[in-house]
Amino acid sequence: MNEQILAMLKELRPEFDFSDSDDFVIDGLLDSFDIISLVSMLEEKYNIKVDGLDIIPENFSSIDTMIALVQKSGGII
Amino acid sequence: MLHIVSQYLRESALQYPGHPAFADNRITLTYMDALTEAEKIAFYMVSQGLFKKPVAVMMDKCARTVTAFLGIAMSGNYYSVIDDKMPQNRIEKILDTLEPELILIDKKNRKKAESLPGNKVIYEDLMEQVLTARDRQRVADAESRIIDTDILYVLFTSGSTGVPKGVIITHRSVIDYTEWVGETFGLNHNTVIGSQAPFYFDNSVLDIYSTIRNGGMLHVIPPMFYAFPIRLLEYIRDHKINTIFWVPTVLSRVADLNLLDKCDIDCLNRVLFAGEVMPARQLNMWIKRLPDATFANLYGPTEITVDCTYYIVDREIKDNESVPIGHACMNTDILVLNEKNELVGVNEKGELCVRGSSLSLGYYNNPEKTADAFVQNPLNKLYHELIYRTGDMVHYNERGEIIYDGRKDSQVKHTGHRIELGEIEMAVSAHPSVSSNCCLHEQVKDQLVLFYVGDIEENEIRKYLAEIVPEYMLPNICHKLMQMPLNLNGKIDRVKLKEQL
Repeated sequence: MNEQILAMLKELRPEFDFSDSDDFVIDGLLDSFDIISLVSMLEEKYNIKVDGLDIIPENFSSIDTMIALVQKSGGII
Repeated sequence: MLHIVSQYLRESALQYPGHPAFADNRITLTYMDALTEAEKIAFYMVSQGLFKKPVAVMMDKCARTVTAFLGIAMSGNYYSVIDDKMPQNRIEKILDTLEPELILIDKKNRKKAESLPGNKVIYEDLMEQVLTARDRQRVADAESRIIDTDILYVLFTSGSTGVPKGVIITHRSVIDYTEWVGETFGLNHNTVIGSQAPFYFDNSVLDIYSTIRNGGMLHVIPPMFYAFPIRLLEYIRDHKINTIFWVPTVLSRVADLNLLDKCDIDCLNRVLFAGEVMPARQLNMWIKRLPDATFANLYGPTEITVDCTYYIVDREIKDNESVPIGHACMNTDILVLNEKNELVGVNEKGELCVRGSSLSLGYYNNPEKTADAFVQNPLNKLYHELIYRTGDMVHYNERGEIIYDGRKDSQVKHTGHRIELGEIEMAVSAHPSVSSNCCLHEQVKDQLVLFYVGDIEENEIRKYLAEIVPEYMLPNICHKLMQMPLNLNGKIDRVKLKEQL
């Protein structure tokens, strides 16, 4: 589990236990404002620009899919 | 002659019984379905002896919730939307003011509602009722007693003191507004609206009532789609949505992510927006993508039933120009008054004040705040006539169009100059690398502080501004943010930004 991404999630939603969920979006752990914030946080942290076409639920369902998103966007993680 | 909103539903159900009325990503209700569901809700209220009483609604943003509103309206009672995502203490403050007879909830919100005071009724349980002809007649009898100046809804806005104010809106106001929307934008039974606004935000009043007036269809787009702009465009494409009424932040985000060309959204032919300032640069990206569509900037505080002025884009607006808020809507009169309560001339700034059938009856259970905002028309010395003072500063341009300049309280005195913070924001928003910005005045140190999101460094933005605005309007501090804090309506949260000063 990537600690940096987990820290971002905890910052957005301290009340949830993200290790319990198979899909953050379907389980309702992240709302639409959280996703918008998360995109900016990932862009800042990994110095990347996320393509608009990659901002889709599948890429935010778990920490693993977010790692893959960062890598796809040219970031080193 | 129609005078209450439930008649819209009855007429459309008569004319287009099998036509889809409300849909979300799970279900589609025809007009007949919608009428049947609304009657069940109404019957329950009538059977409890409720008439002209407040009902709180705490349900998800979905198609069924619309029929709950219509059922409450049909029974002669009025609704107030409670967002289950609001902080608990805000919900409690609203319920304290509203004192609802009951809280209508859906099964999903049962747990959340447990701790709230008052009677809870579950929507799904009411759907189990089977109405007889006699039951329906009882609903119709109650409905026949409703008059047009009865309350339709109470919408709570955030008060500056932290106590939410409940804006009272009548059937009459919504009918006048809805008739105007239908005529102005040529809506009919082929109109398919894609709703963005949450139900506790009054842009949704256009979505709901314009749909049922015209026998059209309303897609209640699930809130989650707004996080994924490409999914939003695909939703428009897949459901052949032709009309949207969204906040500028959402439209801008789609444009900024360069997604407009990535999806076939040619079905869209009306793009309306309101709620905050629409930056011309992103608007132009939309117009370039949909050159044949109607684009309209609507303006109005909650106290004036959604909108009181409008501007249909009829010429090229430059990226650094303000999009006008235009002219008064039907049965509405705009008075732009200066500090001496006189009407202003061209290019002279004043406060936008309104009279008309769209005016709220005032704030619910709050006579003091009502008396502050709804005041005697200073131009009328002969009889009692109320106007609403919006607190928004505007001026007329040479074409006679109204231009929004900013909030009266965002007009600040800085180093001896009177400054409109909105003017600085407008200049910043014209920069192609800035996606959003907000300028605030810090009174103690008398500093202008600019917050912005964009791909440009702080000193660069200052350099850019120095060429556009006078020196006394240059921000003392520029803060680049990763993201703008947004409030529940999706607008920039100025209160949160102020905390950072």
